[in-house]
Amino acid sequence: MSSATLLSVENLTMRFGGLTAIDDLSVSVPAGKITAIIGPNGAGKTTFFNCLTGFYKPTTGSVRLVHPKKGEMRLETLTGHRVARDAQVVRTFQNIRLFPKMTVLENLIVAQHNFLQEASRFSIAGIFRLPGYRKAEAEALKTAAHWLDRLGLTGIADVAAGDLPYGTQRRIEIARALCVDPVLLCLDEPAAGLNPRESAELNTLLLSLCREEGIAILLIEHDMSVVMNVSDHICVLNYGRKIAEGTPEEIRNDPQVIKAYLGEDDEETASGGIAA
Amino acid sequence: MAYALQQLINGLTLGAVYGLIAIGYTMVYGIIGMINFAHGDIFMVSAFIAVTAFTLLAAFDITSLPLAITAVLITAIFFTSAYGWAVERMAYRPLRGSTRLAPLISAIGMSIFLQNMVQLTQGARVKPIPPVLEGGIELWRTADFTVQVSWTQIMIVLVTIVLMVAFTWLITQTAFGRQQRACEQDSTMTALLGINVDRTISATFMLGAALAAVAGVMVTVYYGVVDFFIGFVAGIKAFTAAVLGGIGSLPGAMLGGLIIGLIEAFWAAYLSPEYKDVATFAILILVLMFRPSGLLGRPEVEKV
Amino acid sequence: MSAVIIARHARTPAERFKDAAWVAFIALLLGIPMVGLTTVDEGGALAVHTRFGMLGAFVGASFVGRFIFRWIMDQVRSRRAAKPAVVKVDRTPQAIKVIGWAVLGASIALPIVFSENRYVIDTATTVLIYVMLGWGLNVVVGLAGLLDLGYVAFYAVGAYTYALLFSHFGWTFWEALPVAGAMAATFGILLGYPILRLRGDYLAIVTLGFGEIIRVILVNWTELSNGPNGIGSIPRPTLFGLPFDRNPAEGTQSFATFFGLDFSGMHRIIFLYYLILVLALLTNVFVSRLRKLPVGRAWEALREDEIACKAMGMNVTNVKLSAFAIGAMLGGFAGVFFAARQGFISPESFTFTESATILAIVVLGGMGSQLGVVLAALVLVLLPELGRNFSEYRMLMFGAAMVLIMVWKPGGLLASREPTIRLNKAVTAGGEA
Repeated sequence: MSSATLLSVENLTMRFGGLTAIDDLSVSVPAGKITAIIGPNGAGKTTFFNCLTGFYKPTTGSVRLVHPKKGEMRLETLTGHRVARDAQVVRTFQNIRLFPKMTVLENLIVAQHNFLQEASRFSIAGIFRLPGYRKAEAEALKTAAHWLDRLGLTGIADVAAGDLPYGTQRRIEIARALCVDPVLLCLDEPAAGLNPRESAELNTLLLSLCREEGIAILLIEHDMSVVMNVSDHICVLNYGRKIAEGTPEEIRNDPQVIKAYLGEDDEETASGGIAA
Repeated sequence: MAYALQQLINGLTLGAVYGLIAIGYTMVYGIIGMINFAHGDIFMVSAFIAVTAFTLLAAFDITSLPLAITAVLITAIFFTSAYGWAVERMAYRPLRGSTRLAPLISAIGMSIFLQNMVQLTQGARVKPIPPVLEGGIELWRTADFTVQVSWTQIMIVLVTIVLMVAFTWLITQTAFGRQQRACEQDSTMTALLGINVDRTISATFMLGAALAAVAGVMVTVYYGVVDFFIGFVAGIKAFTAAVLGGIGSLPGAMLGGLIIGLIEAFWAAYLSPEYKDVATFAILILVLMFRPSGLLGRPEVEKV
Repeated sequence: MSAVIIARHARTPAERFKDAAWVAFIALLLGIPMVGLTTVDEGGALAVHTRFGMLGAFVGASFVGRFIFRWIMDQVRSRRAAKPAVVKVDRTPQAIKVIGWAVLGASIALPIVFSENRYVIDTATTVLIYVMLGWGLNVVVGLAGLLDLGYVAFYAVGAYTYALLFSHFGWTFWEALPVAGAMAATFGILLGYPILRLRGDYLAIVTLGFGEIIRVILVNWTELSNGPNGIGSIPRPTLFGLPFDRNPAEGTQSFATFFGLDFSGMHRIIFLYYLILVLALLTNVFVSRLRKLPVGRAWEALREDEIACKAMGMNVTNVKLSAFAIGAMLGGFAGVFFAARQGFISPESFTFTESATILAIVVLGGMGSQLGVVLAALVLVLLPELGRNFSEYRMLMFGAAMVLIMVWKPGGLLASREPTIRLNKAVTAGGEA
């Protein structure tokens, strides 16, 4: 665990009225590794993602990203789309958010909007199909084709995304996020609703993205077969606080974590989950 | 000073009416999260029903004023609620869980339909009725101006107050109110608890329509004329009132109505009567820009 | 929302009867105050007239209509249940292409066939104005999914810009056209900027108010707009400087003298027709091209999921503004043409009904469908021409149709979406391997 820190979250707090969803949370995400955020339902995981990706403005605290090209950036000061556009921190959603009537390929092309929009020069170069724009479009198509191929979506590239099965939609969402060219890829429960075979494929995919493409991944997940197999580093939240942090091995044996998951007596829900 | 006091009285009366209509917007918004564009036209329908009912009573020589007004109110509330129910059943219920745009377009279609239906069946001309309630109290007489409260104004404000009290009781104290509030918070969970969500939503529409019906009767008595287009402007104003007060908030709707009524009265009196509708619209944009949750509303957190 | 759909099985006749009776009862309730009773002005005072015959007919029609409707629906349903679902190859795109070219051919040939029939060409010109407006609004509503209920305001801005530029500075149609378009787009941006961050329904009502405000200003600001009296003697467009006058000014030529033709009033009518046809076609090409550009895809993506757009790093406000501005600009162009064709404009022409009509065209045509807009505009303009009854019932039917279409086929009657880009150009559809 000696790799450089990509993202460091310090003393992050998010309050909604009287409710404190995240309480003084500090986490650091190493570059080129897979970090998992786990915790019981309502622990504040998705809120944490929303704070990172510009959907919520944290009440206090700082989120520092060391961008490989642009240097240090403060994500909590970037609003809305700027986190994805400028900092290249890209996320997926727990309840898949595709553009359902558009084809898979179109979904992936839309993800490259900023790049293409610039090349289209306020649409003027685009309207007249000038060479500069055509080149950019070909490039975007190439990027899309690359990720379609990597995620096994080439055969269905021209099918409306909303017509495809759930597991496929999950992959499309990941492919679409990859088209934004992320420095940090934030996946919100990518294995939810997948069958065991599909989760196994997801494991392979995540590992190869990280090892081969060097993309750092931040993962929220309940499926322990994914978390324990792919994560380099795990952070456990409960009631908006960090209760443990460490390697999968350390987390598996952490008494705090076991207590949070098992509660006092309720064995069946979590013991299987954690040990899987 | 006297003139300003008169405007205050006029504005409050107008505001009470707007508030009554605004509650319909706010309640429907609270429970199904959409703006019922046809609500202004429901109000218009009730005004027409009131005109017919008053004329009918006059034809039967019923002259007792309290009796006449009560009868008209009951008739208008009954039929207008039926309209509220039918609008929801036909135009909105089939679209629950559909795209964001579909119910809005359906609502616009409904609004156009109602307007034209009334125009066709009742005629495009302005309908005048003879004054129902004449006279008033002279409050203050200065050299050149007399401040008056008409009996109609007193009635409007009183009826509004009574309705607000009854309504608050209904929403906070009764089983229906509890179900209604439960549906607002989480309709799926409410359905799982064995509450008939469809029926609660229907009842909400009927209730909103009933309040609009009262507003329709009051406006008919107050101005003495109605036409098929009154729902449009009144609808925008009441909607502005609901947004200003904080959409989803019942006291907010009433407060917003009063503020809009006052602004309109003073604007028309001191600035320019032609542009009083522009004033309302400017308020709507300003509120939406700077305080979209309104005066009493809760800020909306975008769910991701 | 708790949209639990319960599959209904075919009913027994008794159930159907009960259902229809219930609908008839509701029709009775709704019908009594509106259909059964009406007030009529009799010598200065209102009197109530009863129309029980009409009420009876209304209730009866509701009963029979509902009964038959249910029966047919049950038939359809049971037949559908009996047959296994067959995967149909969607041939709509090809069909649309064929019909599209046919309509285009017909519209080019129309003035040749009806070269002496002023009425036909005038009506066709009106249809084309609505087609152009529909295509413009389609950008905002159909592609970007933003409900604009005050579209007529931009139409008015275009028309008045031309009228004012002419009356104050003597600008011609061709000089005013780009300026009016830019003016309308500017209005679109000015209105859109503060409100486009808002939820869709707020946007709708604010645009509704905006349309009304523009009208109120036009009526009351007499110094600017000449109020309800409107602005008249707006010059007709010229063909590269050739006017369509009987007696051209000294030293100039008119269309007829230049080409050595006898003067005919029809020349101008036909010219105007072709002018709007060209403008509309340019609009179509422009919008179709935009749709295949990043900005167009962004519009559609926005319609599909705004939050996902944000997560992709898209500046959602700019995307909405561009849709709003371009829609407004196209409306502005149409407005200039309208002013030039009528020669006279007044606030009367820019009421909410007009906005509603344009919206109805877009909705009925199938939001996002270019051909659908043409068909809807045809129906909408031709229907009132069939007779006085039709024109009276026109808006009533449109209102009802908007509700019905949303309930039935929210995508519109001609809803088939052609992808803006394909991976494999040769292969039309691939199954999942």
